[in-house]
Amino acid sequence: MRRLWTKLLGLGTLVALLLPEMVLAAGGGGAAPVVIVADTRKLSGLMAWWGDLYNESHVYFTMVTVILIPLIGVLFGTLADLIMSHVGIDLKSRDLAEH
Amino acid sequence: MDWLYVLMPIAGVHIFWPGLIILGIGVGIIGGFFGMGGAWMVTPGLNILGFPMAFAIGTDIAHMAGKSLISTMRHGKFGNVDYKLGLIMLVGTVIGFEVGAQMIMWLERIGRVDMIVRWLYVLLLLLITWMVFSDIAKRRKKEREAKAAGEELDALATGLEWHKTFHKIKIPPMVHLKVAGIYCSAWLPITVSFLTGWLAGILGIGGGLIRMPALIYILGCPTHVAVGTDLFEVMISGLYGAATYTYKGRVELVAAIIMLVGAAMGAQIGAVATKYIKGYGIRIAFGCAVVGCTFSVILKIIPMYIPSIQATCDVLATVVVLGVVAALSVYISLKMFQGAAEEVRRKNAATGS
Repeated sequence: MRRLWTKLLGLGTLVALLLPEMVLAAGGGGAAPVVIVADTRKLSGLMAWWGDLYNESHVYFTMVTVILIPLIGVLFGTLADLIMSHVGIDLKSRDLAEH
Repeated sequence: MDWLYVLMPIAGVHIFWPGLIILGIGVGIIGGFFGMGGAWMVTPGLNILGFPMAFAIGTDIAHMAGKSLISTMRHGKFGNVDYKLGLIMLVGTVIGFEVGAQMIMWLERIGRVDMIVRWLYVLLLLLITWMVFSDIAKRRKKEREAKAAGEELDALATGLEWHKTFHKIKIPPMVHLKVAGIYCSAWLPITVSFLTGWLAGILGIGGGLIRMPALIYILGCPTHVAVGTDLFEVMISGLYGAATYTYKGRVELVAAIIMLVGAAMGAQIGAVATKYIKGYGIRIAFGCAVVGCTFSVILKIIPMYIPSIQATCDVLATVVVLGVVAALSVYISLKMFQGAAEEVRRKNAATGS
């Protein structure tokens, strides 16, 4: 009985794997997904690492990007704040009260 | 002059990096001043610099999230951000955006909707332009009438007063939005954010251009608070958009970072300029930006009817967009520097006496 179940399961898996291929071979599939690969041959150092990260995993690449954007935003914002504070104007309140 | 070009690791194109910084400064100033992401300005700019369109959109959204964060930080210190309102609206914006995006995909399956969407965009922009300028005209009329009567118009007086009618809706729960100075049904900001998010989803835009006037004319937010709160929304939606575009491999972070160098300073200039320009001054400049955007969209529609003039229209659209960006950036910067110089002069005079 166990052998029969194993055979059925194997057959089911095979059908599940092959069926989409058969449909595609019959012309039922859409366009093949386009994969853009970063050409890292001309890159070096940090840029090469960044290109490799993109090629290896879009998930990690996305996670790093989403963490980096706000971090860089805060960093640049704070730096710009420091520069603006030397202008000598009040940067913490607004007098104009108009709709 | 090779050092003026940087190789983008993902897109594989050489980009003139000072151009990215200049573009960042321009849209940073306008974004910080009006409270919008400004995708309609950045995308053609990035395209001109050599980015393929798909990368231009994704990179713009990534830079928009960082830029809006910088502007929100500054506006937050001025007390221009109503975080409670922003968070309430976020729910409606996200749901509305998804409904709009799904709807457009459904419409695309039925038939060609490109033309309808573009015309809808033009109609919406014309409606916003009419709202802004009729509001300004009515406010000026009130000012003239008050002057004729020998009185001074209340600083909080507005031209269009639709928000007063909407505030009469008392469906519970009621919310008090302290920073915006509004007491209304919570359903009002939720509905407004859902509708603006839905429109943004259908039109495929960030939504700042629609949300800013909606916050002013329907919710009744003071202009400065509308700008700050809208930027808070753009920051979060921009980060979400950046995540989806990055996952699709359409974001060039190196370019976004270079743009952020310029945008950091630009956003400070734009945000600080709101300190010196009255609410109605911001509305007039916003109206001009919307007119520029309308022209650029119309120039994209014309070749759909007359394909032979596609190239001319594309060039004209780019000239219009970059011209509007340059003119508004110069105007806002001048106002900011004039205001800052005046404030420093007053401070020095007070210290001297």
